[in-house]
Amino acid sequence: MLETIDTSLIDWSRAQFALTAMYHWLFVPLTLGLGVVQAVMETIYYKTGDDFWKKTAQFWMKLFGINFAIGVATGLILEFEFGTNWSNYSWFVGDIFGAPLAIEGILAFFMEATFIAVMFFGWDKVSKKFHLASTWLTILGATISAYWILVANAWMQYPVGMEFNPDTVRNEMMDFFAVAFSPVAINKFFHSVLSGWVLGAIFVMGVSSWYLLKKRSTRFALASIKIGAIFGLVASLLILWTGDGSAYNVAQKQPMKLAAMEGLYEGKEGAGLSVIGMLNPSKKSYDDGKDPFIFNIQMPKLLSFLAERDLKAFVPGITDLIEGGYTAHNGEVALSAQEKIHRGQTAIKALADYKTAKKEKNEVKANQALATLNANFDYFGYGYIRDVNELVPNVALTFYSFRVMVLLGGFFILLFIIALVWERKGKFEQAKWLQYVSLWTIPLGYIAGQAGWIVAEVGRQPWAIQDILPVSASISKLETSSVQLTFFLFLALFTILLIAEIGIMLKAIRKGPEDNGQLKVES
Amino acid sequence: MNKQSIPLRIFHFYREGFREMTLGKTLWAIILIKLFIMFVILKIFFFPRYLNRFDTQEAKQEYVSDELIERAATP
Repeated sequence: MLETIDTSLIDWSRAQFALTAMYHWLFVPLTLGLGVVQAVMETIYYKTGDDFWKKTAQFWMKLFGINFAIGVATGLILEFEFGTNWSNYSWFVGDIFGAPLAIEGILAFFMEATFIAVMFFGWDKVSKKFHLASTWLTILGATISAYWILVANAWMQYPVGMEFNPDTVRNEMMDFFAVAFSPVAINKFFHSVLSGWVLGAIFVMGVSSWYLLKKRSTRFALASIKIGAIFGLVASLLILWTGDGSAYNVAQKQPMKLAAMEGLYEGKEGAGLSVIGMLNPSKKSYDDGKDPFIFNIQMPKLLSFLAERDLKAFVPGITDLIEGGYTAHNGEVALSAQEKIHRGQTAIKALADYKTAKKEKNEVKANQALATLNANFDYFGYGYIRDVNELVPNVALTFYSFRVMVLLGGFFILLFIIALVWERKGKFEQAKWLQYVSLWTIPLGYIAGQAGWIVAEVGRQPWAIQDILPVSASISKLETSSVQLTFFLFLALFTILLIAEIGIMLKAIRKGPEDNGQLKVES
Repeated sequence: MNKQSIPLRIFHFYREGFREMTLGKTLWAIILIKLFIMFVILKIFFFPRYLNRFDTQEAKQEYVSDELIERAATP
């Protein structure tokens, strides 16, 4: 049974998917965040009747439109990759992914597509109320769209609500609500959407600050900064809450990811949270005896509290998760990785026995094999693991990405507070340093979002589906060179799109909100 | 209002909207070029569905189950 898959094929397939997903996530969060900001501004226009807010909303809507147009359908490429590069995986999960993605396509996309036309074409042609409703429904459609995609992603991190059918070799959905409303899905949705809101706020503040630096459109810029800072601060504070929920979910469902996020090799009771630290690059394996850190500044007991809601709780490290023997959440003694691998191998052998028995029409043997398969299915994916070290994700990338995300999140909160205070005191217009900081925070907003996804996706390696299917068993048997070719094709395509977006966006920003005489400049 | 008035109004709404576009025309051009590249070039020439080489569902599931069994790290 030992078929060797070239590791470079796995790496290139992963790299291609990561490239596509990361480019896609450049467009999505700004759509989600800027959409809400413009809708808030239009709501103020609706409430006050002040034409200034109408023109302000129209300007941000124009930038929203550019981002939406360039980014639309980039996610479909991920679908292409599933069918071509990840065919085993696609078949294995088809029934689970089918429902959320179909709902996403039918409900949210069409809802979005219908109302976006009214949003752009409908100014002064439909009633103010209908236009405002269309704007909000466009944003709601985009957000619902994101929800179903994130449900699919969450299921990969925490597979629930399904049953494996050995006849079809597919997982079949048994409980739609368990899939759609799993705690991981709900938390992931709010955390991801809120990160988009933060980016939208940062974008609005940064672009507005550019106008202040150029001494243009001052009233527009200050009003936008105020809305952006309030919106960003609210979103950031909510992200603290969903971030805590994410950490808790990871601790419960993906403890290896948590251990990698913290560089925690030896588990302990009352574990501290690493605030800032430098990993020891010479540490190559969990059991090489080397100290994992060059230095590490921790907040005592905080990791135990975040992971278990108990300051004294035991948090397993990488070594514990590999060697087992500690008391797990369910009160049972945790299995070692070797024991899990053995059970995974048993499950796969049972699948083979089941197939053989079915071909021989031996129902007794088939039922015995099925019982063995079901008893061990929770560890099915471990049957593909050849070395326990494969179970450890890239600790450095996960650890540093997590810190980049969290530290930038803290910086954003500080920036929003300072911006609000300075705006309230009437000092923002003179504070060039703050305007520069706001402007240069725009790329940091993107970096924070990308870092978050790196933590989520790199941290769950080697799994395509947690514990059930590793990436090595998920990929299609393609030539590595063909994956490399499409990798570079995508790199070129997405880079051109990104350059187009930045070029068109900068041109629209340079024209400014006063373009077409729409907005009176007040200085 | 006759029965056609609402569909006609919607048609005119869209037609006027598209006609009055300025930046939107560039964006639509980008969208259409992108969709052409994605669906006509990439999808057809570079991203055929791997399992479509098999004609039947049974053949596909047989292939995937063999793959899942053969790739296992058996001792």
